[in-house]
Amino acid sequence: MNRTIITVVGKDAVGIIAKVCTYLAENGANILDISQTIVQEYFNMMMIVDLTNVDKAFEVVAGELAEIGLSLGVQVKCQREEIFDKMHRI
Amino acid sequence: MINIYEVLETNKMIEQENLDVRTITMGISLLDCAASDVDGLCRNIYDKITRLAEKLVKTGEDISKEYGIPIVNKRVSVTPVSLVGASACRSSEDYVKVAHALDRAAREVGINFLGGYSAIVSKGMTHSDELLIRSIPQALAETERICSSVNVGSTKTGLNMDAVRLMGETVLQTAELTKEKDSLGCAKLVVLCNAPDDNPFMAGAFHGVSEPDAVINVGVSGPGVVKYALEQIRGASFEVLCETIKRTAFKITRVGQLVAQEASRRLGIPFGIIDLSLAPTPAIGDSVAEILEEIGLERAGAPGTTAALALLNDQVKKGGVMASSYVGGLSGAFIPVSEDQGMIGAVECGALTLEKLEAMTCVCSVGLDMIAIPGDTPATTIAGIIADEAAIGMVNQKTTAVRIIPVVGKTVGDTVEFGGLLGHAPVMPVNTFSCRDFVNRVGRIPAPIHSFKN
Repeated sequence: MNRTIITVVGKDAVGIIAKVCTYLAENGANILDISQTIVQEYFNMMMIVDLTNVDKAFEVVAGELAEIGLSLGVQVKCQREEIFDKMHRI
Repeated sequence: MINIYEVLETNKMIEQENLDVRTITMGISLLDCAASDVDGLCRNIYDKITRLAEKLVKTGEDISKEYGIPIVNKRVSVTPVSLVGASACRSSEDYVKVAHALDRAAREVGINFLGGYSAIVSKGMTHSDELLIRSIPQALAETERICSSVNVGSTKTGLNMDAVRLMGETVLQTAELTKEKDSLGCAKLVVLCNAPDDNPFMAGAFHGVSEPDAVINVGVSGPGVVKYALEQIRGASFEVLCETIKRTAFKITRVGQLVAQEASRRLGIPFGIIDLSLAPTPAIGDSVAEILEEIGLERAGAPGTTAALALLNDQVKKGGVMASSYVGGLSGAFIPVSEDQGMIGAVECGALTLEKLEAMTCVCSVGLDMIAIPGDTPATTIAGIIADEAAIGMVNQKTTAVRIIPVVGKTVGDTVEFGGLLGHAPVMPVNTFSCRDFVNRVGRIPAPIHSFKN
């Protein structure tokens, strides 16, 4: 299991989740969990995905997702799950 | 499972509150590089550093990208050079050659600083130690990335006042030789008491003889995160204040622990320690002084500053210790002047003086750090300042240090610009009464008694 957290932050717009999910499906990433919230009119989404079956290197996936974010006017970040686990779980 | 609010909190710390890992420092032993001739020694040193640290910068960058956490500096510390060079260096010029070899190695592996151009002379100086110390001004003037430190005392040995006197002169000469750059050389030279063997922070980093062949030490940071957390609990009791600092320090340190373990695994080099220091930068909102203001002081330096700093330092350690399997280095709040926007402001408005800074160093890590003083300050006065600070460390069984910059050609009222992480500083006034006859006595101050604590 190679769990990664993808976050999308920005102004809400049509098709944000669709585009990110399409990219993940095309590359063989499995979405384990997805949640979203609106904070101060900003759209916040978090996905937990499993990148085990993705052939591309982590930094390539992160770069391509960031580009998709740019085209939608939102920020897309891709980070390994451990940083959050370490910080918030004992 | 991790929830969205936790993820957002972490990312907010990184993006808005300047959370970062300040440094991954690889400690490298150079003891096996010793040779009987200088050129052979330089070759051995260059080869060993470039071999072990070859992938340090790349590894740091990879970890930074994958976890989304900035890792500001990748650095190397080495065995105190006065030990490594003892068999080969016959003159101070020989030591300068070694400094150049270290500088070339640092450039080759892409690190911004390399520490360990050092001598440990707590009780006495060998001939080799003295040659190295006398070479420091030239070495720092001619190299770009070398940091130098000299340990002049310890709780167990007392203070080597001959070394203290020599360091007063050395600081002044270093200022003179780098006067074109506002005496920048002095920003890379620190005089310590009770120096730790595993400190990852420059300029005092060196790889002590108690360390293994190579080791990964990590320094965390995060004054901005602590300040933001305290903004949310204004007016709360000391209990809430302390709990908040502790909880924040825990989170910050866990990130450092993760980065340290990853770097250690990927480089195949054992993990040494996490240094729990709150290290400020000149960036807005990344200031230890601003934390003190948030605790309730109008400006850093106001009455209550020492108590507030003692509280902050202690809670950072209490929170951090549980977050890491090994803690070491300096571990405490840093209070440099030029590297902390709030400290600069406090000095400029007259709230903070050299004497108050000295008091603050009694309760937090390190000491008089990155303080610009007039260029015409006598060497004996600088030695007196070093002796005072070292005495605080010696008696209180803690690390203290002096990194002051007598800026040639400048005086009180002027400002010095060092640039980058080193920031800028107003030139601070120094007590002008002389301590010449005290400093010019030869010998040592004996180790303090460890009973009858008062």
